[in-house]
Amino acid sequence: MLTHAWIIPAIPALSFLLILGFGKKLPRGGSEIGIASVAICFVLALTVAAGWVGRTNHPPVEAGHHEVACAEAVHEIEAGKDAPASCVPEEQAAGAEAGPAAEEHVVPPVQRHITWLENAGIDVKVGTLVDGLSTVMLVVVTLIALLVHVFSTDYVAGDRRYTHYFAFLSLFTSSMLFFVLSENVLQMIVGWELVGLCSFGLIGHWWEEKANSDAALKAFLTNRVGDIGLLCGMITLYFGSRGIGGHGQATFDILKINTLANTGAMSHTLLLVASLSLMTAVMSKSGQFILHTWLPDAMAGPTPVSALIHAATMVVAGVFMIARLYGVFFNGLQIGHSNINAMAVIGAVTLLFGALLAFVQTDIKKVLAYSTVSQLGYMVMALGVGAWTGAIFHLFTHAFFKACLFLGSGSLAHHIHSFDMKEDMGGMRKTMPKTFVTFLIGTAALMGVPLVTAGFWSKDEVLAGANGLGGPGGYKFALVMGLLGAVCTCAYMTRAIWYVFYGEPRGKSAEHELHENGPRIVVPLMILAFLAVTAGWLNLPEKIFGLKTPHWAALKFEHYVQPTGAYFPHADLGFRAPEFVPWIAGASFLAIVVGAGGAYLWFWKGKGPHGITERNALARSGYRILENKYYLDYLYSDVIAGGTKGPIAKAANWVNQNVIDGVVNLVGRTARETGDWVYKRIDQGIVDRVVNTSGTAAEGSGEILRKSQTGKVQAYGAYLFLGATVLAAIFVVIAS
Amino acid sequence: MKDLLNGWGATLVVFLPLVGAAVMLAIPKSEETLHKLVALATSLAVFVVGIGLMATFDYDKSAKMQFLVDKGWIDIINSRYLVAIDGISLPLIALTIFVVPLVVVYSWNHFPEPHNPKAFLVLMLVLETGMVGTFVAQDLLLFFVFFELVLLPMYFMIGVWGGEQRRYASLKFFLYTAFGSALMIVSILAVYFLSPTVGGQHTFSMIALSHWGGAGLAKGTAVLVFGGFFMGFGIKVPMFPFHTWLPDAHTQAPTQGSVILAAVLLKLGTYGFVRIAIPILPVGARSWAPVIGILAVICIIYGALGCLAQTDMKRLIAFSSVAHMGYVMLGIATLQPWGINAAIFGMVAHGLITGMLFFIAGSVKDRFHTLEIKRLGGLLLQAPRMGWLLAFTCMASLGLPGLAGFWGEFPAILAAYNPAAGLNVALFRTFMVIAALGTVLAAGYLLWLLQRVAFGTPSEEFENVDIPDMHLTDYIAWVPMIIGILVLGFYPNLIFHVTDGAVHHSLRAIAGH
Repeated sequence: MLTHAWIIPAIPALSFLLILGFGKKLPRGGSEIGIASVAICFVLALTVAAGWVGRTNHPPVEAGHHEVACAEAVHEIEAGKDAPASCVPEEQAAGAEAGPAAEEHVVPPVQRHITWLENAGIDVKVGTLVDGLSTVMLVVVTLIALLVHVFSTDYVAGDRRYTHYFAFLSLFTSSMLFFVLSENVLQMIVGWELVGLCSFGLIGHWWEEKANSDAALKAFLTNRVGDIGLLCGMITLYFGSRGIGGHGQATFDILKINTLANTGAMSHTLLLVASLSLMTAVMSKSGQFILHTWLPDAMAGPTPVSALIHAATMVVAGVFMIARLYGVFFNGLQIGHSNINAMAVIGAVTLLFGALLAFVQTDIKKVLAYSTVSQLGYMVMALGVGAWTGAIFHLFTHAFFKACLFLGSGSLAHHIHSFDMKEDMGGMRKTMPKTFVTFLIGTAALMGVPLVTAGFWSKDEVLAGANGLGGPGGYKFALVMGLLGAVCTCAYMTRAIWYVFYGEPRGKSAEHELHENGPRIVVPLMILAFLAVTAGWLNLPEKIFGLKTPHWAALKFEHYVQPTGAYFPHADLGFRAPEFVPWIAGASFLAIVVGAGGAYLWFWKGKGPHGITERNALARSGYRILENKYYLDYLYSDVIAGGTKGPIAKAANWVNQNVIDGVVNLVGRTARETGDWVYKRIDQGIVDRVVNTSGTAAEGSGEILRKSQTGKVQAYGAYLFLGATVLAAIFVVIAS
Repeated sequence: MKDLLNGWGATLVVFLPLVGAAVMLAIPKSEETLHKLVALATSLAVFVVGIGLMATFDYDKSAKMQFLVDKGWIDIINSRYLVAIDGISLPLIALTIFVVPLVVVYSWNHFPEPHNPKAFLVLMLVLETGMVGTFVAQDLLLFFVFFELVLLPMYFMIGVWGGEQRRYASLKFFLYTAFGSALMIVSILAVYFLSPTVGGQHTFSMIALSHWGGAGLAKGTAVLVFGGFFMGFGIKVPMFPFHTWLPDAHTQAPTQGSVILAAVLLKLGTYGFVRIAIPILPVGARSWAPVIGILAVICIIYGALGCLAQTDMKRLIAFSSVAHMGYVMLGIATLQPWGINAAIFGMVAHGLITGMLFFIAGSVKDRFHTLEIKRLGGLLLQAPRMGWLLAFTCMASLGLPGLAGFWGEFPAILAAYNPAAGLNVALFRTFMVIAALGTVLAAGYLLWLLQRVAFGTPSEEFENVDIPDMHLTDYIAWVPMIIGILVLGFYPNLIFHVTDGAVHHSLRAIAGH
């Protein structure tokens, strides 16, 4: 199955076509095709996972060496078509191998590809790359997609575009799987944009209302801004892969690019430029500050879409890309040896600023959206400090608990058709007990309740990484930001729980006769809640508070997922794995106590300076800044987009119509007037007089004039050729 | 069969339309259906011949001139009837013979006022001869004749069947292009007289001239001669600041005219750069490349801004052509294989995509009798299939990967990172970033168009008007275009494989320096 992974994205692609073609004629509007295809994909993804586990346990015999990991993996299927020399400069690969990592357990990834295009004499491939990272993504995407499909059959039942909805879900699933299996960076660009397209289509699913299509446009355009960085970064890598001096063969191949970056065959400046460009793309796709503004607006789409695309899978594409090209980022930003770098800062700022915004939201989905922004910040920060496994593990657990929360909010709103916590919810723990319990478990995981929930284990690894990795002293600022963010997370989630589930029912939830939803909604919630707890046990640290974890349970995620071999940063470059630190676990427990406890006192007990925003100017302006989302939306929509669409475009058009076209028309008019003048004065005046006086000349010139007046077009042609010949003659004389 | 094609294939594909046109001239004007059938049959016959050519083309030697015919024509100046096809011309010939039958089918019930299918279709077939002829001619004078032949039918199509300001638009189109041609013929003659003599005679043969590659020419001369070609081809592309004929011509032309104009006519200019100007005058090309690059990125940004300001759907699409051809020109300006390959791909992709957009605009106009964006809206509700196709085509046009547009755009941007040796790298990398910025603007104007036309609900004015969705002729004309956009997007090698060898061959003088 590892070599046939291409089947997995192909199935939902086929399903997309089938739903488009026949969906409306089927009894369930095409949803049955979608569910069947995703279910098959999920099974296949599990098969891939099993295959990968087997491969890790028993790596292929010949694959004990680093250069094999690079070159042979490529040729495993397609025996020796490229010259192996094009892979890595040999000495460098050998040099890297000589380090202490030599005894490392190398599991080469499985690569398979066909020619996609030939350009500049180079074969550009398309294919699949299966290793631990892509396997995890396969499982996460197919599992969440399956649950969301099932959930949707109830949630969007009776929708005006039910069939379209499922078609787009299939297309999304296919694109996302295509993306995570990318074998080269060009393929990544394609997948990256295709998931963006599906996001656009699904955010704007109810496009009759302008607000929804506005949100869809905003998402697409903001991502396009990031794509400038994506295109430039990938192009830089492509040409950079020729090596220093630029004599090698350029390539898009991910493994080769990473290997070159790790072996020092690419200049540091180039890697830095590429990393920073690509960070722009990450900022837009993965909702990092300051390009995150589209993500909360994207909540205009149906809730299951928010769970699948805007929480669990698509928005982590940026995180995935960093993880995939970690050789580039790790060396470009010198993650292993510094105490601060662009990626860690962006992540840290995002996690805190996003969490702050979640406080002032009244819409439960917006709370969750900003929470997603914040959690994505954790992942990016984790990668920025070098905690690769921590980031991917957090991606893994976050997918479950955030999908659980989003679907939970959908379950809450299913009857009342409103997401407004303050106006339309309240006291819902009694009417919807199952949703309440699953939501609570999801919240606990998001807060990171120690030892039990998945969120704790993954977040702890991130924080431990911030503490212990990097140059001497570690990334302490990231640790501080991470802990502050954790306090905020706990507080805003407690606030949300209060508004939604406690107090008296308000607004629509009071008007409606509420009851728990059916199994197609509740069962996915339960599965996700279950995973929100258990997923964390996959990567227990080796020692917890001095207790040794049994060998079969410790760091399994890291063992199977973290890549090995030359395409991944190794210890020589400063890459390490963080260890469990008791005081950090204690600190994050303290964060919960402070955050959740504070919010509890504020909301349940009515303690604290209520109404401070009305009394204190400073608090009021702070609140106002948050309420206006740091005025970024104003800057983007009104100043930048509005300015381009309005004055700038109008000015360009004015120039076009009046200046450039003005010149053209002026030339035309002048020519015609000159013609008139020549005709009247010279032709009719002088020439005629000459003609009249000289009878012999009359016949000849009259003949010429008549010819010049018959038929504009022919005359122009004749003049052209005449003029051209004369000019050419002059020209040749000058030139020779 | 193969021998027949080798000897006659190129000639057939050029002159068959003229035969059809001659037959139609003999049929009385009132036999409208017969005219339509003859025109369709002719264009399909050309298509079949073209398929034959594509099937027998040797793709492994795409740099080699195939189906070559070399007969005497105007012996006194050694101008010959020299036609041949290589990897650069093949995709464009394919595009032309693919689009013309679709336009004929689309015309079936859509003849613009003053109707007269006979004249309209005859012009269309003459146009096809001119277009295909331009792509197969390998003699500069022959090329020029075909290049100019294209002008007349289009002039009449716009001038007779066009919109309200058709006279202004058609004359502007004609004069502008003629002005460029005047300078181009200067350069053609200059090249002729400067070329080395063989047996006491100069040559117009593009093959021989490319082989010569301007060797021994003073740099100043090469630059000047290239300038003449630049004007001739640049106006046709059209390049900023010579683009103002395009929006007028497109807006006023009948739908069919717009489609052909966008799909094929603009490519005559870019093809001229790739086929003639660069291989014959590599030294001149290198001096001009920065200028072309600057104008190209101006086209990209300026065209996009122009689009954002438009209130008329058709005019917006016309302006988007300026921006898209900017990417093609940027690819050409890099003078390196990625760029030129991208340019050729971009030509084909733009032909299909923008042609499709004009088709849809035409059908919208047919149904709503207006293209003013403000008055439209909710197309997806009233004519969902058309609406979705508009969405699809907009996505293709903004360069979405997986659809054809991307493969013209991205490799051109990529090539700008690493232009041919001797070009200013920093300058071209700046172009790269600006061109990438252009993709944001492209997404902006296309999605904004889509939002205003297709999303939302119909305006009060059209709320209760019954808007028919696609007709049978729409299906027949559009589905092949859509399939083309999809197939090329999925498997771009269909074109890159054909062009790559020929492009390498044509750039050897530049790469050699």
